[in-house]
Amino acid sequence: MVLATAGKPGAAVAHPRGAEIIARLKTAGVREIVALPDIVTSDGLLWPISRDPELRLTRVCKEDEGVSICAAMSYNGTRAVMLMQQTGLMDSLNVIRAVGVDYELPVVMLVGLQGKEPHLAPEESAAYGVRIIRPVLDAMQLSHSLIEEPSDVDHIPEAIAAAYAASRPHVFLIGRSPEAS
Amino acid sequence: MTLRRDDALKALIPLVNDEDIVVAVYQSCFDWLALNPRDLNYVAVGAMGQASSHALGLALANPARRVFVFDGDGSLLMNLGSLVTVAGAGVANFYHFVFANRVYEVNGSHPLPGADTVDFAGMARAAGYAGARSFEDLDGFRGGLPGLLEAPGPQMTVLEIVPGAPYPRDYAYIHSAAARQRFRAALNRPR
Repeated sequence: MVLATAGKPGAAVAHPRGAEIIARLKTAGVREIVALPDIVTSDGLLWPISRDPELRLTRVCKEDEGVSICAAMSYNGTRAVMLMQQTGLMDSLNVIRAVGVDYELPVVMLVGLQGKEPHLAPEESAAYGVRIIRPVLDAMQLSHSLIEEPSDVDHIPEAIAAAYAASRPHVFLIGRSPEAS
Repeated sequence: MTLRRDDALKALIPLVNDEDIVVAVYQSCFDWLALNPRDLNYVAVGAMGQASSHALGLALANPARRVFVFDGDGSLLMNLGSLVTVAGAGVANFYHFVFANRVYEVNGSHPLPGADTVDFAGMARAAGYAGARSFEDLDGFRGGLPGLLEAPGPQMTVLEIVPGAPYPRDYAYIHSAAARQRFRAALNRPR
Protein backbone atom coordinates (compact mmCIF):
# COMPACT_ATOMS: atom_id res chain seq x y z
CA MET A 1 0.00 0.00 0.00
CA VAL A 2 1.41 3.35 -1.03
CA LEU A 3 1.16 6.18 1.42
CA ALA A 4 1.17 9.65 -0.03
CA THR A 5 1.55 12.96 1.71
CA ALA A 6 0.32 15.95 -0.18
CA GLY A 7 -0.47 19.51 0.68
CA LYS A 8 -1.35 19.09 4.29
CA PRO A 9 1.41 18.35 6.82
CA GLY A 10 0.99 14.87 8.18
CA ALA A 11 -1.78 13.95 5.76
CA ALA A 12 -0.82 10.45 4.70
CA VAL A 13 -3.35 8.60 2.59
CA ALA A 14 -3.58 5.10 1.23
CA HIS A 15 -4.09 4.40 -2.45
CA PRO A 16 -6.17 1.65 -4.04
CA ARG A 17 -4.38 -1.20 -5.81
CA GLY A 18 -4.81 -1.41 -9.55
CA ALA A 19 -4.74 -5.20 -9.44
CA GLU A 20 -7.68 -5.17 -7.06
CA ILE A 21 -9.68 -2.89 -9.36
CA ILE A 22 -8.97 -5.16 -12.33
CA ALA A 23 -9.97 -8.21 -10.30
CA ARG A 24 -13.28 -6.56 -9.38
CA LEU A 25 -13.93 -5.67 -13.02
CA LYS A 26 -13.48 -9.32 -13.92
CA THR A 27 -15.74 -10.38 -11.08
CA ALA A 28 -18.37 -8.09 -12.59
CA GLY A 29 -18.06 -9.91 -15.92
CA VAL A 30 -16.16 -7.18 -17.73
CA ARG A 31 -13.79 -8.38 -20.46
CA GLU A 32 -13.90 -5.35 -22.76
CA ILE A 33 -11.94 -2.23 -21.85
CA VAL A 34 -12.09 0.88 -24.01
CA ALA A 35 -9.55 3.53 -23.12
CA LEU A 36 -7.84 6.78 -23.77
CA PRO A 37 -4.74 7.18 -21.60
CA ASP A 38 -5.05 9.14 -18.39
CA ILE A 39 -2.04 9.85 -16.21
CA VAL A 40 -3.95 9.07 -12.98
CA THR A 41 -4.70 5.51 -14.06
CA SER A 42 -1.87 4.88 -16.52
CA ASP A 43 0.55 2.86 -14.40
CA GLY A 44 -1.89 1.20 -12.05
CA LEU A 45 -4.66 0.30 -14.49
CA LEU A 46 -4.12 0.88 -18.19
CA TRP A 47 -0.66 -0.65 -18.55
CA PRO A 48 -1.65 -3.78 -16.57
CA ILE A 49 -4.89 -4.04 -18.54
CA SER A 50 -2.96 -3.82 -21.79
CA ARG A 51 -0.94 -6.87 -20.75
CA ASP A 52 -3.85 -8.92 -19.39
CA PRO A 53 -4.80 -11.75 -21.77
CA GLU A 54 -8.26 -12.03 -20.22
CA LEU A 55 -9.15 -8.48 -21.25
CA ARG A 56 -9.53 -6.98 -24.71
CA LEU A 57 -8.37 -3.39 -24.88
CA THR A 58 -9.69 -1.07 -27.57
CA ARG A 59 -7.79 2.19 -27.78
CA VAL A 60 -9.77 5.19 -28.99
CA CYS A 61 -8.75 8.60 -30.31
CA LYS A 62 -11.42 10.53 -28.40
CA GLU A 63 -13.43 9.65 -25.34
CA ASP A 64 -16.92 9.99 -26.80
CA GLU A 65 -16.07 7.23 -29.26
CA GLY A 66 -15.58 4.95 -26.30
CA VAL A 67 -18.89 5.86 -24.72
CA SER A 68 -20.65 4.90 -27.96
CA ILE A 69 -18.63 1.69 -28.30
CA CYS A 70 -19.55 0.59 -24.77
CA ALA A 71 -23.21 1.50 -25.32
CA ALA A 72 -23.42 -0.49 -28.54
CA MET A 73 -21.70 -3.49 -26.97
CA SER A 74 -24.39 -3.63 -24.30
CA TYR A 75 -27.11 -4.67 -26.75
CA ASN A 76 -26.06 -8.30 -26.58
CA GLY A 77 -25.14 -8.12 -22.91
CA THR A 78 -21.43 -7.54 -23.39
CA ARG A 79 -20.07 -5.71 -20.38
CA ALA A 80 -17.51 -3.02 -21.06
CA VAL A 81 -15.79 -0.21 -19.18
CA MET A 82 -14.56 3.11 -20.56
CA LEU A 83 -11.33 4.34 -18.95
CA MET A 84 -10.54 8.04 -19.26
CA GLN A 85 -9.66 11.29 -17.49
CA GLN A 86 -12.25 13.77 -16.23
CA THR A 87 -11.43 16.12 -19.09
CA GLY A 88 -12.59 13.40 -21.48
CA LEU A 89 -15.69 12.86 -19.40
CA MET A 90 -16.53 16.53 -19.76
CA ASP A 91 -15.89 16.31 -23.49
CA SER A 92 -18.27 13.34 -23.75
CA LEU A 93 -21.26 14.74 -21.89
CA ASN A 94 -23.49 15.05 -24.94
CA VAL A 95 -22.93 11.43 -25.95
CA ILE A 96 -23.48 10.30 -22.37
CA ARG A 97 -26.67 12.35 -22.31
CA ALA A 98 -27.83 10.79 -25.56
CA VAL A 99 -27.06 7.10 -25.15
CA GLY A 100 -26.81 6.87 -21.39
CA VAL A 101 -29.75 8.97 -20.30
CA ASP A 102 -32.10 9.44 -23.27
CA TYR A 103 -31.54 5.91 -24.59
CA GLU A 104 -31.10 4.30 -21.16
CA LEU A 105 -28.00 2.25 -21.93
CA PRO A 106 -25.54 0.95 -19.33
CA VAL A 107 -22.27 2.76 -19.94
CA VAL A 108 -19.76 2.25 -17.15
CA MET A 109 -16.87 4.68 -16.88
CA LEU A 110 -13.68 4.71 -14.80
CA VAL A 111 -12.54 8.31 -14.64
CA GLY A 112 -9.23 9.52 -13.28
CA LEU A 113 -9.45 12.85 -11.48
CA GLN A 114 -6.30 14.46 -12.77
CA GLY A 115 -5.14 17.30 -10.53
CA LYS A 116 -7.03 16.20 -7.44
CA GLU A 117 -5.06 16.36 -4.22
CA PRO A 118 -4.98 12.83 -2.71
CA HIS A 119 -6.04 13.92 0.78
CA LEU A 120 -8.90 16.17 -0.31
CA ALA A 121 -12.44 15.48 -1.41
CA PRO A 122 -13.07 16.41 -5.04
CA GLU A 123 -15.12 19.45 -4.03
CA GLU A 124 -12.22 20.70 -1.90
CA SER A 125 -9.70 20.56 -4.72
CA ALA A 126 -7.91 23.68 -5.85
CA ALA A 127 -8.57 22.56 -9.40
CA TYR A 128 -11.81 23.95 -10.84
CA GLY A 129 -11.92 21.07 -13.33
CA VAL A 130 -11.99 18.60 -10.44
CA ARG A 131 -14.37 20.52 -8.15
CA ILE A 132 -17.15 20.65 -10.70
CA ILE A 133 -17.22 16.96 -11.64
CA ARG A 134 -19.63 15.59 -9.05
CA PRO A 135 -21.98 18.60 -9.29
CA VAL A 136 -22.06 18.14 -13.06
CA LEU A 137 -22.83 14.43 -12.72
CA ASP A 138 -25.52 15.23 -10.15
CA ALA A 139 -27.06 17.81 -12.49
CA MET A 140 -27.25 15.13 -15.18
CA GLN A 141 -28.70 12.67 -12.64
CA LEU A 142 -25.86 10.25 -13.35
CA SER A 143 -24.93 7.60 -10.82
CA HIS A 144 -21.39 7.93 -9.54
CA SER A 145 -19.09 6.76 -6.76
CA LEU A 146 -15.59 7.52 -5.55
CA ILE A 147 -12.63 5.15 -5.46
CA GLU A 148 -9.92 6.49 -3.17
CA GLU A 149 -9.34 4.18 -0.24
CA PRO A 150 -8.16 0.60 -0.86
CA SER A 151 -11.48 -0.72 0.40
CA ASP A 152 -13.43 1.43 -2.05
CA VAL A 153 -12.77 -1.14 -4.77
CA ASP A 154 -15.11 -3.58 -3.07
CA HIS A 155 -18.24 -1.87 -4.38
CA ILE A 156 -17.19 -2.13 -8.04
CA PRO A 157 -18.95 -5.43 -8.92
CA GLU A 158 -22.18 -4.39 -7.27
CA ALA A 159 -22.20 -0.98 -8.96
CA ILE A 160 -21.55 -2.51 -12.38
CA ALA A 161 -24.24 -5.13 -11.85
CA ALA A 162 -26.66 -2.38 -10.83
CA ALA A 163 -25.82 -0.30 -13.90
CA TYR A 164 -26.55 -3.22 -16.24
CA ALA A 165 -29.63 -4.29 -14.29
CA ALA A 166 -31.08 -0.79 -14.44
CA SER A 167 -29.65 -0.11 -17.91
CA ARG A 168 -28.18 3.18 -16.76
CA PRO A 169 -24.66 4.69 -16.73
CA HIS A 170 -22.35 4.64 -13.73
CA VAL A 171 -19.22 6.71 -13.25
CA PHE A 172 -16.41 5.57 -10.96
CA LEU A 173 -14.26 8.54 -10.03
CA ILE A 174 -10.66 7.59 -9.27
CA GLY A 175 -9.48 10.13 -6.73
CA ARG A 176 -6.03 8.69 -6.03
CA SER A 177 -3.69 7.01 -8.51
CA PRO A 178 -4.06 3.25 -8.23
CA GLU A 179 -0.94 1.50 -7.06
CA ALA A 180 0.72 -0.49 -9.86
CA SER A 181 1.96 -3.49 -7.95
CA MET B 1 -23.12 11.19 -64.01
CA THR B 2 -25.07 11.28 -60.79
CA LEU B 3 -25.79 8.77 -58.08
CA ARG B 4 -29.09 9.13 -56.25
CA ARG B 5 -28.98 8.16 -52.60
CA ASP B 6 -32.08 5.96 -52.81
CA ASP B 7 -30.73 4.18 -55.89
CA ALA B 8 -27.50 3.44 -54.03
CA LEU B 9 -29.47 2.08 -51.07
CA LYS B 10 -31.63 -0.04 -53.38
CA ALA B 11 -28.46 -1.53 -54.86
CA LEU B 12 -27.38 -2.54 -51.36
CA ILE B 13 -30.65 -4.23 -50.40
CA PRO B 14 -30.06 -7.62 -52.06
CA LEU B 15 -26.55 -7.82 -50.61
CA VAL B 16 -27.53 -7.17 -46.99
CA ASN B 17 -28.36 -10.48 -45.32
CA ASP B 18 -30.93 -10.96 -42.59
CA GLU B 19 -28.15 -11.52 -40.04
CA ASP B 20 -26.26 -8.33 -40.90
CA ILE B 21 -26.42 -5.22 -38.73
CA VAL B 22 -27.02 -1.88 -40.44
CA VAL B 23 -26.17 1.34 -38.61
CA ALA B 24 -27.58 4.30 -40.54
CA VAL B 25 -27.84 8.01 -39.82
CA TYR B 26 -29.86 11.03 -40.86
CA GLN B 27 -31.35 11.03 -44.37
CA SER B 28 -29.66 7.76 -45.31
CA CYS B 29 -31.33 6.23 -42.26
CA PHE B 30 -34.76 7.59 -43.12
CA ASP B 31 -34.41 6.41 -46.72
CA TRP B 32 -33.15 2.99 -45.65
CA LEU B 33 -35.96 2.51 -43.14
CA ALA B 34 -38.50 3.25 -45.86
CA LEU B 35 -36.80 1.07 -48.46
CA ASN B 36 -35.73 -1.86 -46.28
CA PRO B 37 -37.37 -2.01 -42.85
CA ARG B 38 -35.79 -4.84 -40.91
CA ASP B 39 -35.19 -5.79 -37.29
CA LEU B 40 -31.41 -5.40 -37.35
CA ASN B 41 -31.48 -1.77 -38.45
CA TYR B 42 -29.68 0.13 -35.67
CA VAL B 43 -31.01 3.67 -35.51
CA ALA B 44 -30.10 4.74 -31.97
CA VAL B 45 -26.87 6.63 -32.59
CA GLY B 46 -28.01 9.52 -30.42
CA ALA B 47 -25.36 12.11 -31.14
CA MET B 48 -24.15 13.31 -34.53
CA GLY B 49 -20.93 11.70 -35.69
CA GLN B 50 -21.13 8.61 -33.55
CA ALA B 51 -22.34 6.05 -36.12
CA SER B 52 -18.90 4.60 -36.79
CA SER B 53 -18.24 4.23 -33.07
CA HIS B 54 -21.55 2.46 -32.41
CA ALA B 55 -20.82 0.24 -35.37
CA LEU B 56 -17.38 -0.57 -33.99
CA GLY B 57 -18.87 -1.62 -30.68
CA LEU B 58 -21.37 -3.81 -32.49
CA ALA B 59 -18.67 -5.31 -34.73
CA LEU B 60 -16.43 -6.14 -31.77
CA ALA B 61 -19.24 -7.65 -29.72
CA ASN B 62 -20.78 -9.55 -32.65
CA PRO B 63 -17.87 -10.92 -34.67
CA ALA B 64 -20.03 -13.45 -36.52
CA ARG B 65 -22.15 -10.71 -38.07
CA ARG B 66 -21.27 -8.15 -40.73
CA VAL B 67 -21.82 -4.56 -39.68
CA PHE B 68 -22.71 -1.97 -42.32
CA VAL B 69 -22.46 1.73 -41.53
CA PHE B 70 -24.38 4.20 -43.68
CA ASP B 71 -22.68 7.36 -42.51
CA GLY B 72 -23.00 10.97 -43.55
CA ASP B 73 -20.05 13.04 -44.66
CA GLY B 74 -20.80 15.80 -42.15
CA SER B 75 -21.28 13.16 -39.50
CA LEU B 76 -17.95 11.52 -40.22
CA LEU B 77 -16.20 14.88 -40.06
CA MET B 78 -17.37 15.12 -36.45
CA ASN B 79 -15.64 11.85 -35.58
CA LEU B 80 -12.70 11.55 -37.95
CA GLY B 81 -10.56 9.92 -35.29
CA SER B 82 -12.89 6.96 -35.43
CA LEU B 83 -11.33 6.03 -38.77
CA VAL B 84 -8.08 5.43 -36.94
CA THR B 85 -9.81 3.65 -34.06
CA VAL B 86 -11.71 1.34 -36.43
CA ALA B 87 -8.57 0.54 -38.40
CA GLY B 88 -6.64 -0.07 -35.20
CA ALA B 89 -9.30 -2.45 -33.94
CA GLY B 90 -8.87 -4.56 -37.07
CA VAL B 91 -12.55 -5.38 -37.45
CA ALA B 92 -12.84 -7.64 -40.50
CA ASN B 93 -16.65 -7.52 -40.35
CA PHE B 94 -16.90 -3.73 -40.73
CA TYR B 95 -18.20 -2.11 -43.95
CA HIS B 96 -18.33 1.68 -43.89
CA PHE B 97 -20.33 3.57 -46.52
CA VAL B 98 -20.20 7.36 -46.53
CA PHE B 99 -23.04 9.07 -48.35
CA ALA B 100 -21.28 12.23 -49.40
CA ASN B 101 -23.53 15.07 -50.47
CA ARG B 102 -21.03 17.67 -49.27
CA VAL B 103 -23.67 19.55 -47.25
CA TYR B 104 -25.39 19.33 -43.87
CA GLU B 105 -28.59 18.27 -45.58
CA VAL B 106 -31.00 17.95 -42.64
CA ASN B 107 -29.65 21.15 -41.06
CA GLY B 108 -30.33 23.55 -43.90
CA SER B 109 -27.97 22.21 -46.59
CA HIS B 110 -25.08 24.42 -45.59
CA PRO B 111 -21.78 23.33 -47.20
CA LEU B 112 -19.27 21.24 -45.28
CA PRO B 113 -15.97 22.86 -44.48
CA GLY B 114 -13.69 21.75 -47.27
CA ALA B 115 -16.71 20.60 -49.25
CA ASP B 116 -14.95 20.81 -52.59
CA THR B 117 -11.72 19.15 -51.60
CA VAL B 118 -12.02 16.69 -48.74
CA ASP B 119 -11.15 13.12 -49.79
CA PHE B 120 -12.91 10.66 -47.48
CA ALA B 121 -11.59 7.55 -49.20
CA GLY B 122 -8.08 8.92 -49.00
CA MET B 123 -8.47 9.62 -45.30
CA ALA B 124 -9.77 6.10 -44.65
CA ARG B 125 -6.87 4.64 -46.61
CA ALA B 126 -4.38 6.76 -44.68
CA ALA B 127 -6.02 5.75 -41.39
CA GLY B 128 -5.38 2.10 -42.16
CA TYR B 129 -8.63 0.74 -43.59
CA ALA B 130 -8.08 -2.47 -45.53
CA GLY B 131 -9.59 -0.89 -48.62
CA ALA B 132 -11.23 2.33 -49.79
CA ARG B 133 -12.83 3.59 -52.96
CA SER B 134 -15.31 6.17 -54.27
CA PHE B 135 -18.21 5.93 -56.70
CA GLU B 136 -20.04 8.68 -58.55
CA ASP B 137 -22.44 6.65 -60.70
CA LEU B 138 -24.84 3.81 -60.11
CA ASP B 139 -23.43 1.36 -62.64
CA GLY B 140 -19.96 1.67 -61.20
CA PHE B 141 -21.27 1.15 -57.68
CA ARG B 142 -23.35 -1.87 -58.65
CA GLY B 143 -20.35 -3.38 -60.38
CA GLY B 144 -18.03 -2.82 -57.47
CA LEU B 145 -20.32 -3.87 -54.66
CA PRO B 146 -19.93 -7.67 -54.68
CA GLY B 147 -16.15 -7.49 -54.71
CA LEU B 148 -15.83 -4.95 -51.95
CA LEU B 149 -18.14 -7.00 -49.73
CA GLU B 150 -16.05 -10.11 -50.30
CA ALA B 151 -12.95 -8.31 -49.04
CA PRO B 152 -12.24 -8.37 -45.31
CA GLY B 153 -12.91 -5.14 -43.47
CA PRO B 154 -12.63 -2.53 -42.48
CA GLN B 155 -13.67 -1.33 -45.91
CA MET B 156 -14.57 2.25 -46.82
CA THR B 157 -16.86 3.09 -49.71
CA VAL B 158 -17.61 6.72 -50.46
CA LEU B 159 -20.71 7.46 -52.52
CA GLU B 160 -20.85 10.92 -54.08
CA ILE B 161 -24.61 11.25 -54.07
CA VAL B 162 -27.48 13.58 -54.78
CA PRO B 163 -30.81 13.34 -52.96
CA GLY B 164 -33.35 10.90 -54.29
CA ALA B 165 -37.02 10.60 -53.47
CA PRO B 166 -38.09 12.62 -50.38
CA TYR B 167 -38.58 9.89 -47.79
CA PRO B 168 -40.13 11.07 -44.52
CA ARG B 169 -37.91 12.02 -41.60
CA ASP B 170 -39.34 9.98 -38.75
CA TYR B 171 -37.28 11.26 -35.83
CA ALA B 172 -39.80 9.95 -33.31
CA TYR B 173 -39.11 6.39 -34.42
CA ILE B 174 -35.31 6.54 -34.46
CA HIS B 175 -35.26 7.96 -30.92
CA SER B 176 -37.90 5.56 -29.62
CA ALA B 177 -37.49 2.82 -27.04
CA ALA B 178 -39.44 0.59 -29.40
CA ALA B 179 -36.75 0.88 -32.08
CA ARG B 180 -34.03 -0.02 -29.61
CA GLN B 181 -36.01 -2.93 -28.24
CA ARG B 182 -36.75 -4.23 -31.72
CA PHE B 183 -33.04 -4.28 -32.49
CA ARG B 184 -32.10 -5.80 -29.14
CA ALA B 185 -34.65 -8.59 -29.47
CA ALA B 186 -33.48 -9.45 -32.96
CA LEU B 187 -29.83 -9.39 -31.99
CA ASN B 188 -30.37 -11.80 -29.13
CA ARG B 189 -32.77 -14.13 -30.94
CA PRO B 190 -31.29 -17.66 -31.15
CA ARG B 191 -29.78 -18.24 -34.59
